[in-house]
Amino acid sequence: MSRTAFLTDSTLCIGCKACEVACKEWNGVGEDGLEWSGFSYDNTGALGHSTWRHVKFVEHAPQPGFGGNAPELNSWAFSSDVCKHCENAGCLEACPTGAIVRTEFGGVYVQPDICNGCAYCVIACPFGVVERNRDDGRAFKCTFCYDRQKAGLVPACAKACPTESIKFGEIESLRVKAQERVEELHQRGVKDATFYDAGNTSVGGTHAMFIVRGDPRSYNLPSKPEVPTIYLKKGWTSSVIGAALLLGGTLLAFLADGER
Amino acid sequence: MRRTPHDGMPSRTPDLTTEQRLAEIRREAEQRGEVKAAGVRPSGAPFPIASPETGYYGIPLLKEPAWTWEVPLYFFVGGAAGAAAVVGAIADYTGADRKLVRDARWIAAAGAVISPALLIADLGRPQRFLNMMRVFKPQSPMSVGVWTLLGFSGAATATAFAGFMRERYGPSLPLRVMENAGQAASLAFGLPFSNYTGVLIGATTIPVWNRNVGNLPLHFGASGLSAAVGMLEMMRHRKSRALQMLGLGAAIFESWEGWRIESRRQPGLDPLRRGTSGWIVRTGGMLSGPVPAALRALSIISSNERSHALRRWAGISAVAGSLITRIAWVQAGHVSARDWREPLEISDPLCTEKRV
Repeated sequence: MSRTAFLTDSTLCIGCKACEVACKEWNGVGEDGLEWSGFSYDNTGALGHSTWRHVKFVEHAPQPGFGGNAPELNSWAFSSDVCKHCENAGCLEACPTGAIVRTEFGGVYVQPDICNGCAYCVIACPFGVVERNRDDGRAFKCTFCYDRQKAGLVPACAKACPTESIKFGEIESLRVKAQERVEELHQRGVKDATFYDAGNTSVGGTHAMFIVRGDPRSYNLPSKPEVPTIYLKKGWTSSVIGAALLLGGTLLAFLADGER
Repeated sequence: MRRTPHDGMPSRTPDLTTEQRLAEIRREAEQRGEVKAAGVRPSGAPFPIASPETGYYGIPLLKEPAWTWEVPLYFFVGGAAGAAAVVGAIADYTGADRKLVRDARWIAAAGAVISPALLIADLGRPQRFLNMMRVFKPQSPMSVGVWTLLGFSGAATATAFAGFMRERYGPSLPLRVMENAGQAASLAFGLPFSNYTGVLIGATTIPVWNRNVGNLPLHFGASGLSAAVGMLEMMRHRKSRALQMLGLGAAIFESWEGWRIESRRQPGLDPLRRGTSGWIVRTGGMLSGPVPAALRALSIISSNERSHALRRWAGISAVAGSLITRIAWVQAGHVSARDWREPLEISDPLCTEKRV
């Protein structure tokens, strides 16, 4: 069984939003409205219950030769964002119904027939991906095209991408490919090309990896995403101490009360 | 930003100066490739540049909690009910006033009925509540909490019901078994139920919550106890010295917690001190900590009649404080989730004092 992944190479992205359209069409996801961020053509802003692919329009000061722009024009960098399908997924751990599962392809999948909309996954995701739909009541996010993958097809976004900015394949070979691509870019003079997969954090790597230019934070990619299960030990220790204090204190108070 | 042209605009008469100026602009454009003038945005000027300093247009990375008003109320009711069950059971085991035991059980039972109702009402698909019982996941505080809630609800209602039947129809073996087993179980479940909500919100990605995961359960546990004691005092149990001591202990702990919240200057804790959420935290903290502590201290040195009145007010303050504290923490979580700087580790230039 192969474990699959996305590699989104933002240096190839032309911001056409074919991935967003393909995702919406294949999965039957609703529209996002028309509120623009910045001066660019980003009307979706962030990933959410109705946005499973999101093309970021990152505006940079003029950089001659970057993106084929005239030297005096601002440069746009594009990057298609998606659910990271974390190796240690906060949403999956937090889900109290078992609706969120790990698929045989390594993706994280919300079973819509199980989810009861408790919304705990929403605050367990370090990337702010999964969201509860107010009207429907359930939580939604990228399914990693589980249905298409089961049929042996690549996810809709990867298939529709005209520049192969969204690559899809076996995770290990994609990792190698990513390293090669970053080196190639460095050699070509794109010194700020960076690989991002949150591999050195408690998230333990992602099934959606990115090549971006410069600091990943300008793409809203956190430098230290943490899976919230790391807080459990501290929390439950405190809970046990609290319970012991409550029990001991109450016992002491009633035993010391001579008038009982 | 669009500005309306001045009134005389459409009826201006062209003259030599205006035409010279237009020619000048054209020449400049031809020679330099761009024209700079007031009111015109040349390339590179006020333009929202995405950078590590500005994040992605300040769009928050994290999602705000989707919970509705039921959830903070549930934290309050559940905390008070859990602590009341513990107080009731211990009071029974130590042979305290029977009426105190009975009232504590009723508070626990009422909370045991209201809590699941609130939790179910908050679900996006309430009819699917039973899906919570498909699995038990120790790594999910929500799952652990739901099972604790179910155990507690069953135990606390059974205890109150058996006690009520015994008082009404006289003792019998099945009732005694039910009452005693129920009480032991509601003590066992009540202990974690009184404070697990601190773990529930602490083990999340919301910065202001997970930075406090080590003290939230203690804080919420004390808040629950102080609410349970306050409710019992409002139900005229103003003579019990045990309740007085418990209330005083909880109020002192809450005062310390409030002092900690006010004094710590750590990035990400601003929602607890600043803005509206800061004031809600402060109000809840005052009503849970210093106010009841002072009233209780006064009541200890006061005459009987006055002492009871003071304790009643201490109780009311503690109950209100507990409710406001839960609302405050949820509100602070919302503010924290909206802070796009925090998860990107970008320092806020306006709040540099806290980094010192």
